[in-house]
Amino acid sequence: MDYFDILVSILGSTVRLSIPLIFTALAGLFSERAGVFDIGLEGKMLAAAFASATAAYLTGSPWAGLASGIGVSMAFSLVHGFASITNRGNQIVSGVAINFAAAGLTAVLGQAWFRQGGRTPGLPADARFGPIHLPGAELLHDVPVIGPIYMHVISGNNLLTYLAFLAVPLSWWVLYRTRFGLRLRAVGENPGAVDTAGISVTWLRYRAVLVAGFLCGFSGTYLAIAQSAAFINNMSAGKGYIALAALIFAKWRPVPVMLACLLFGFLDAFANFMQGKSVPGIGEVPVQIFQALPYILTCVLLAGLIGSANPPKAGGVPYVKER
Amino acid sequence: MSTASVPLPNWINYALLPLINLILAFLVSGFVVWIIGENPYDALVLMLQGALGRGEGIGFTLFYATNFIFTGLSVAVAYHAGLFNIGSEGQAYVGGLGAALAALALDRYVPWYVTMPFAVVAAALFGAAWAFIPAWLQAKRGSHIVITTIMFNFIGAALMVYLLVNVLIVPGKMAPETRTFLPGGQLPKLDWLMALFGLKLGPAPFNVSFLIALVMGALVWVLIWRTKFGYEMRTLGISRSAAAYAGIPYVKIVIITMLISGGLAGMMALNPVMGASARLQVEFVGGAGFVGIAVSLMGRNHPVGIVLAAILFGVLYQGGAELSFDMPNITRDMIVVIQGLVILFAGALEYMFRPAIVRIYQQLARG
Repeated sequence: MDYFDILVSILGSTVRLSIPLIFTALAGLFSERAGVFDIGLEGKMLAAAFASATAAYLTGSPWAGLASGIGVSMAFSLVHGFASITNRGNQIVSGVAINFAAAGLTAVLGQAWFRQGGRTPGLPADARFGPIHLPGAELLHDVPVIGPIYMHVISGNNLLTYLAFLAVPLSWWVLYRTRFGLRLRAVGENPGAVDTAGISVTWLRYRAVLVAGFLCGFSGTYLAIAQSAAFINNMSAGKGYIALAALIFAKWRPVPVMLACLLFGFLDAFANFMQGKSVPGIGEVPVQIFQALPYILTCVLLAGLIGSANPPKAGGVPYVKER
Repeated sequence: MSTASVPLPNWINYALLPLINLILAFLVSGFVVWIIGENPYDALVLMLQGALGRGEGIGFTLFYATNFIFTGLSVAVAYHAGLFNIGSEGQAYVGGLGAALAALALDRYVPWYVTMPFAVVAAALFGAAWAFIPAWLQAKRGSHIVITTIMFNFIGAALMVYLLVNVLIVPGKMAPETRTFLPGGQLPKLDWLMALFGLKLGPAPFNVSFLIALVMGALVWVLIWRTKFGYEMRTLGISRSAAAYAGIPYVKIVIITMLISGGLAGMMALNPVMGASARLQVEFVGGAGFVGIAVSLMGRNHPVGIVLAAILFGVLYQGGAELSFDMPNITRDMIVVIQGLVILFAGALEYMFRPAIVRIYQQLARG
């Protein structure tokens, strides 16, 4: 295999590994821009993955899977909203609770319903989101450089992958070019001002966490019925936290969110590739270093060494109306 | 007047409200049990019998509870200073390295009671060291301690896997674990303590670290409510600006508090590493650091409450294990569900019932 083929294959898996991060980080973007911290992204993704795999298995339709993934994820969002908006509870504690509840429920229900050690039964091809071959992929295949990249990186992905890349400009447009987005950003910076303008802080924040649930539904569905063909215990495996890291990395802005997710996806793909290979001059680099790299990078960033990352000012603080 | 500011007697705040939240968490868990087609009442009875029925069950229950006392105290100490330490898991994991190194170095030469103090100090130091960087980042650079401690859980896991696979592994063995400690590196079981109550411990690994945990609980109580430092911590926890006006040094308090918190988490490693398996293994913490969050919230951040909540979670862990034998439909993951619900109701929704309780209380007081 020459270097170019290696690069193409790493880029291909970079895209595949980034998609759940992009959906989840965009979910966090909406929630946190509205002033509601969401540690529970991980749990929502996991719950959505289980729900979509279950529904797709029972109905044979990926669309039913997607719908129930979204539904379950939004239900968890409502719990988070109820705790942190209506009851003014601690948002971090609520998010942690959601992660636990999701991790436990998916394992318990999975074992009780399917008895395969927490897995759901494998899905046939037509119950999944399969690869879409863009026009001309075969035709261009022999064109040097562009051909293989078009065929193996850009074409041949599933519908949700293209939706993820569509969701980025769409999120930008919603946040920066619509009245809803303006108010949503305002409520994360200064909820008092929004309240004074006669707009309900509560309703705005609920809508923001629901959007977050909606997007986590896509990331969970992607994991279970697009990337894999079943739900596997704890298959989100910390991706929710990586997405949070990407969000901080991107300083809560949509396009940098996508780039940060691609970076973390690339690190992941590269780590997989490097497993058991040796680097000239250094020898075999322990795979754990690559695995820890996104987390180390996040801490370095948080330390302000690559520029400061300031979260929305009202983030994490429940809004109490003055009387 | 808003119901949030009405003062309630302590027994309502510290006993009745947590109890209501706990009952609610159990009701929802019972509902989950019912959904998967088992009888919640039978499950509860099986669970209690498994955890408290025989000496061995009680031994396992207290063994698990020991872990949770340490991690619960760890979370609580940080919480009093307004810091939410999600990193107890990683701190306990790295603390295990300290305990193991002490045991590996000394077990050949001295009896356990000489090794133990070194192991306690080493575990605490390693745990504290793992909490130091997040603490420093929070205090000096303003990065959010929740995010950094989560990151350090992952980094700690990667570090420990690396060390166990590449450095500490016994040459020629496949399993990523250290060699088995000799008796000089093992903590003795507390069968004599159980025998006082006429109970047989059997194979349960209930050991001396339980007593260390209780001593730490007492020390934490002294620290928080009987020292100047504890007063400063609590002031900071209630209001950062009030603490600043009172001349309380933010950086110092945050860093020392997190070092104590990390040290307590690190000491948890004594129990599984030196008390039970007598070797350092991959993922020996097994989520106890996260259980500490639920334990701390449930116990209202008070050592007495934490010991009680830790025993409750010990019952859940041991009873859950027994339950999964008898009702294969209910796996041990049910504990994680209950844990999540306890965190939700006792933590995030802790004031949900307060307005109603205030109304009832005021009516009773008037009548």
